[in-house]
Amino acid sequence: MLETLAFYFFAALTLGMAFVVVTTTNILYAMTSLAAAMVFVSAFFFLLDAEFLGVVQILVYVGAVVVMYAFGMMFLNASQEVQERAHAPKVPALLAIALAVVLVALLGAPFIAHYAHNLQESLNPDLDTSNTKLIGFVLFTKYLVAFEVGAFMLLVALVGAMASAFKKEN
Amino acid sequence: MSAEIVETLIKILVVVLVFSGLGAFGTYLERKVLAYFQRRLGPTYVGPFGLLQVIADAIKLFTKEDVIPQNANHLIFSIAPVIAMVSAFVSMAPIPFFGDFQIFGHTIKPIISDINVGLLFFLAVGSASIYAPLLAGLASNSKYSLIGAARATIQLLSFEVVSTLTILAPIMVVGSLSLVEINQYQEGGMLHWLVFKQPLAFFLFLISSYAELNRTPFDLLEHEAEIVAGFCTEYSGLRWGMFFLAEYAHLFAFCFVISLIFFGGYNAWGFIPGGIAILIKVCFFVFLSMWARATFPHVRPDQLMRMCWKIMLPLALVNILITGLVLLLF
Repeated sequence: MLETLAFYFFAALTLGMAFVVVTTTNILYAMTSLAAAMVFVSAFFFLLDAEFLGVVQILVYVGAVVVMYAFGMMFLNASQEVQERAHAPKVPALLAIALAVVLVALLGAPFIAHYAHNLQESLNPDLDTSNTKLIGFVLFTKYLVAFEVGAFMLLVALVGAMASAFKKEN
Repeated sequence: MSAEIVETLIKILVVVLVFSGLGAFGTYLERKVLAYFQRRLGPTYVGPFGLLQVIADAIKLFTKEDVIPQNANHLIFSIAPVIAMVSAFVSMAPIPFFGDFQIFGHTIKPIISDINVGLLFFLAVGSASIYAPLLAGLASNSKYSLIGAARATIQLLSFEVVSTLTILAPIMVVGSLSLVEINQYQEGGMLHWLVFKQPLAFFLFLISSYAELNRTPFDLLEHEAEIVAGFCTEYSGLRWGMFFLAEYAHLFAFCFVISLIFFGGYNAWGFIPGGIAILIKVCFFVFLSMWARATFPHVRPDQLMRMCWKIMLPLALVNILITGLVLLLF
C-alpha cells in the first residue's frame, strides 16, 4: 500500500520535472529540474530494494549535472531566457513521441519479458546476500564482457577527447 | 507495520530537532573556541559566558527582513537553502548514532534506516549539498555569488573523487558498506580500531571531509579576502541562517561517521560505555575541525585542485593497492 503510494508520488514528480526540462526556456529551471528528476529516479531503485543502484544513481548524476551547470555558467547568462531558433511544430512532435512509445512497447516487450525470466532463473539469488555482493557477482561473471566493453568505450572517448584537445594547440 | 512507521517518524523528528539545536549551538562553540585560540573573548554579553547568544542570534535571524534581489530568479533563489538543509538531514538516515538500547522493555535502534549501502548513501546525499551554493550563486544575479558558484563546482570536482576512493580501502578491509557492520568489525578494544590499519585513509578522508564541509582551510566558497562572502552575498535573514545551520549539522554528521569508520564507533571503550564513548569522539572531532580553522590559512582554488588531484588521489590509489595486496597475500 505504502509502496504503491510512494511509486505514484515519485512517478508524478519525475515526469513533472522531466516535463519542465523540455518545456522551459530558462536555463536555470531546466538544469535544476533535470537534477531533481535524476534524484527522484533513484527513489524507484530504493522502492525495488536495489539500494546500491539507487545510491550510485545519486552519486553519478549529482556529479554529471554539476558539470553541466558549469558549462551552463560559462556559455549562458543564467538570468536571461534562452530563445531557441526553430520551434518544433507540436502535432508532429506528439505523433513522433506516440510512435516511439508504441515501437518500444511492440519490439521490447517480448525481449524484456524473456530476459527478465531468464535472469531470474539463472541467478536464483540467495535471500541472505546483500545486493552489493549480488551486483559484483553478476557484473564479474555473467556480464563481464559487457562491463569490459563499456569500460573500453569510456577509455576510447577519454583518449579521443584528449587527442582533439591537443590537436587544437598545435 | 504501522508501529514501525510511527517509530521511524519519531526518530526522524528527534534527529532533525537535535541536529538543528546542535547546529545552532555549533555557531556559538565555533566563535568561543576561535576566540580562545586567537586571544579574544568571543560572545560574552548575553547570558552566562554568552550562552544565550544562540537565542539572540536566532531571534535576529527570524525577524530580519527577507530580501530577494530584483533580477534574481525568485523560485531557485528560495529553493537553494532548502536543498542545503534537506541534503544535510537526509544524509543522516543511515548513521547509527548509538548502540541499541531499551526503553520500557522496547528495544530501540537509534538508526533511521539500516540499508546495506549506508556509507555510500551518506557520501552521495552529502555531496548533493553542493547544489545549494551552486544554485544560490547562479540565481542571485550577482557577480560575487557567481564566482562563489564557480568555486563550488571546482570544490566538488576536487574532493569528491578523493573522498570516494579513500573510503574504498577501509571498505575492502571490512567487506561491507553498512555503517553498523563497519562498527561491529571494530568490536573488542582500542587495538581493533580501523585507524591503526588504515592511518593514511583516515588522514585523507579527514582532509577531504573538510573540503566537502567548506571548513576553513578549504573555504573557497565564501573567502572573505578574495570574494565578498561568496554564494550567500544576497541572502539575508532566515535563508542565510539555513545555509549555516545545514553546514554545522553536516559537520556533526561527518564527525559521527568518522568516529564510526575509523575510531570504533559505539563499541565500549575500556570502562566507558559505548554511547558515551562515541559522544567523546564526536566532541573531539568537532573540536579538531575548529582547531584546524583557527590554525591553518586559506588555500587558493588552484592549490586545492593541485592538492586533491596530484597528492591525495595518488596516495589514495597507492593505499588501495597496498590494502588489496595485503588482503590477498595474508
